[in-house]
Amino acid sequence: MEIFSNMLIYFVIIPILTLGGLALCKNKGIDAIRAVAVTGATALVGLALYLVFYFLRQRHLGVTDDMILTTSVTWYAPLNIKLALGVDGVSVVMILLSAFIVFAGVFASWKMDPLPKQFFLWFFLLSTGVFGFFISVDLFTMFMFYEVALIPMYLLIGVWGSGNKTYSAMKLTLMLMGGSAFLMLGIIGIYFHSTATPGEYTMNLLEIAKNNAIPHNWQMYLFPMTFVGFGVLGAMFPFHTWSPDGHASAPTAVSMLHAGVLMKLGGYGCFRVAIYLMPFAAQQMGWIFLTLTGISIVYGAFSACVQTDLKYINAYSSVSHCGMVLFAILMFNNTAMTGAVLQMLSHGLMTALFFALIGMIYGRTHTRDIREMGGLMHIMPYLGVGYVIAGFASLGLPGLSGFVAEMTIFVGSFEHQDMFHRVLTIAATTSIVITAVYILRVVGKLLYGAVQNEHHRSLTDADATERISTATLIIAVAIIGCFPNFFINIIRDSFNPVVEALTSVM
Amino acid sequence: MDYSQFLMMPQEIGLLVVFLLVFLYDTFMPAKTLKGLPLFATIVFGIFTIFSFCPVNVQEGMAFGEMFESNKATWAMKNILNIGMFIVLLQSIKWANSDFVSVRRGEFYELMLLTLFGMYLMISGRHFLVFVIGLETASLPLATLVAFEKKHYESHEAAAKYVLTAVFSSAIMLLGLSFVYGITGTLYFSEIASSIQGDNSLLLIVALAFLISGVGYKLSLVPFHLWTADVYQGAPTMVTSYLSVISKGSAAFAFFVILVQVFGAAYASIWEWMLYAIIIITITVGNLFAIRQRNLKRFLAFSSISQAGYIMLGVVAANHVGMASMMYYILVYIFSNLAAFGVIAVIERKTGKVTTDDYNGLFKTNPWLAFVMMLAMFSLGGIPPFAGFFSKFFIFLGAAQTHSVAIYVLVFIALVNTIISLYYYLLVVKAMFIRQDECVIPAFKSHWTERAGLWICTLGIIFIGIISCIYASLSSITSSLTEMFAMI
Repeated sequence: MEIFSNMLIYFVIIPILTLGGLALCKNKGIDAIRAVAVTGATALVGLALYLVFYFLRQRHLGVTDDMILTTSVTWYAPLNIKLALGVDGVSVVMILLSAFIVFAGVFASWKMDPLPKQFFLWFFLLSTGVFGFFISVDLFTMFMFYEVALIPMYLLIGVWGSGNKTYSAMKLTLMLMGGSAFLMLGIIGIYFHSTATPGEYTMNLLEIAKNNAIPHNWQMYLFPMTFVGFGVLGAMFPFHTWSPDGHASAPTAVSMLHAGVLMKLGGYGCFRVAIYLMPFAAQQMGWIFLTLTGISIVYGAFSACVQTDLKYINAYSSVSHCGMVLFAILMFNNTAMTGAVLQMLSHGLMTALFFALIGMIYGRTHTRDIREMGGLMHIMPYLGVGYVIAGFASLGLPGLSGFVAEMTIFVGSFEHQDMFHRVLTIAATTSIVITAVYILRVVGKLLYGAVQNEHHRSLTDADATERISTATLIIAVAIIGCFPNFFINIIRDSFNPVVEALTSVM
Repeated sequence: MDYSQFLMMPQEIGLLVVFLLVFLYDTFMPAKTLKGLPLFATIVFGIFTIFSFCPVNVQEGMAFGEMFESNKATWAMKNILNIGMFIVLLQSIKWANSDFVSVRRGEFYELMLLTLFGMYLMISGRHFLVFVIGLETASLPLATLVAFEKKHYESHEAAAKYVLTAVFSSAIMLLGLSFVYGITGTLYFSEIASSIQGDNSLLLIVALAFLISGVGYKLSLVPFHLWTADVYQGAPTMVTSYLSVISKGSAAFAFFVILVQVFGAAYASIWEWMLYAIIIITITVGNLFAIRQRNLKRFLAFSSISQAGYIMLGVVAANHVGMASMMYYILVYIFSNLAAFGVIAVIERKTGKVTTDDYNGLFKTNPWLAFVMMLAMFSLGGIPPFAGFFSKFFIFLGAAQTHSVAIYVLVFIALVNTIISLYYYLLVVKAMFIRQDECVIPAFKSHWTERAGLWICTLGIIFIGIISCIYASLSSITSSLTEMFAMI
């Protein structure tokens, strides 16, 4: 089988094998379940690191193809649907991010109760979808994996969540599936306009982009559909309302995966499908979505300022940061788009860190309301320091990932000379200040304020597995902050085809 | 008479042999051994199902003065129905041996096989006489089957409703056919098609509408659906599952053939618009009513109404991709719906509970049944990687093949409805998995035949989508029907 000689397929096969291994475990055999989950997650991280290494070596050897490791195997011959794989710099980075977060997520849900086996089954099904999405370059398989990644959320939140979980789970699922309804129509439309010669329709992204045959009037219909379809997952205003509720009700590991990886699917899809395939409409209609994402950024940040639930604060902060991703992608230049990917990385790791810490704090204090907590820095210094680091990364302190990402985005955005982009960029920049407000407010109150509850004094600090999970993420955040060039080198060239397509229709 | 014509109908003959074997067993075997009749019928039917798959048997051509056609598409469609029928028979073994039913179990199997024979005729008939005989053979015994649970009041009510609507809709359809005969002077599909070329009479449009309503009743399309919920609820669950998939599948295929082959050339634009409106209201009404249902059989009744709307998308496409997608959709739908009905039937037989609230915490007590039900719900809702996703995607692709903006709007409405349907399918999943605080249904062990039926459904739901050769072979079969689509 040709497909198995491509290492990318193993990003799907490993989670599926893990699923199989988990299915064989006994319901009560918690040790076996953990062992299988950790093995699977570690294998994924190892493979992802090897992929990065392989990618860099290929680039070093002078391979300048847009996509490497491309394989295409026919799946549904009558409809010319293929199982087409391939990665460029952006997907490599995204795969690395996902692997790290899956790894950290397994440790964050170490003490999962009840039904640990079922939890990890759904968790790895979600991972299968995420990895499958990033390795595919065929619209059909991409869409299929996209939906595979969405549906486990319903049960993960509904069964293991807290608070108003049934409502949140249903709202999240229906809104995301609503987005994918738009997306499916968009994909069908793209498919039937993928080529100039009728009857040879294709779903392969690279071929569609090469054919460049989608008529301009059709682009004007299909672009908003695909963009909104992915934008819902990227928490674009006004389709972001599922995100805060979903985050607040989800268990820790799911929040991590959700904010860390799942929302990235939206941003990635927006540029890979909507903008790459329909550059004309992107140029024409970009301003509408740019305005919406601008609103997301500022509105999300302001909303975070008034929340008192820790998870809601970070959920709205995610809306703001993910808005920044889409905002940067819509700037249509190499610098801003590179910034967008850095922001995805940064936001993914940082938010995962946040949610892991919140989960740990909540597991001890049993409240997430900042009014009922205080002085935690003395009680649990490790978690406190972790929280401060995550906060600094979020508000863009130099040396951590947030700074690099936001800096690149705003420099890229300012490359536009016209009034519209300038004003929007300035408006978006204010979010940095607002972010500082809500982060420092939480840090001041939660960590340094007066102890609100005397029972909290007897709480313990993080244990070994919790330290592994948070330390991994903190180190990753610092690495991006200190060595951004390593990532920028991987990412930068990947945007050339998109930017070329965009400039050619100007 | 040329007896070699009978070679055209190996499946019909095979089914008759199965029927006769069951009949002889029922009549001549000693009463003690009658307990084995359900298993005997299932095994014989299973052997027949496997044999009819052998492609050696496919004789293509027309028989009996061009009244009966056999080609690869009819062969494939009959096989799809056979699979469904086999699962239904397998799941009903335990039920058929239960106290109230066992005296009449012979009739149950004989009538089931007879209706299937009627459906075969509907699929293969190329003359309206054959078609109507097939339709009636498929409809009337079903009324007896619906009334099969003699002790239940609802069963009688359902049968009365079913038979009255069946007769009424048949009458309307026959009136439409008499109009067709009056205009063209023939009832052969091909002759009607050639004689109405360029003819644009109002009477024929009325006839077309009558015909659509007659078959629409069989498919329970809105507004001909009013019998559906009551009949599904009142009928024995096995009969309900049979009604909802097999009977529907055969009618959909026959409908496709009639509309495309008879009215395709001259009246395509007219019936396509009629169907267009019917699909929109069918899907929407089915979905909106399903949300409110608490009884799972009624719930699946409305869900199956909306699924029929999706199947009709393949008919509107009126091309070979649409036809292949429709057959594929029916196949997937058979597995998904029979899985759902299988679970409902098992639980109803053991505990008598059929409402959504009763399913609270099912995962805790009966994890395997809850898992199968969840797969069925996901597949019906079109969630990958289960088969329902692929069938939905392909049927949309088939419909959008025609490239008109109106069809895109239709597909969009269908997609929005997918989300609504997902809501109520998830309600069942929620009851089983999330509401774990109360467990109404105690843990129990189901009979091996029921488990076997559910296993077949489960494997089907998981693998039909991933294994692409099933769709590929359906597609190659329908794309070989060049004559049929030549006129459209």
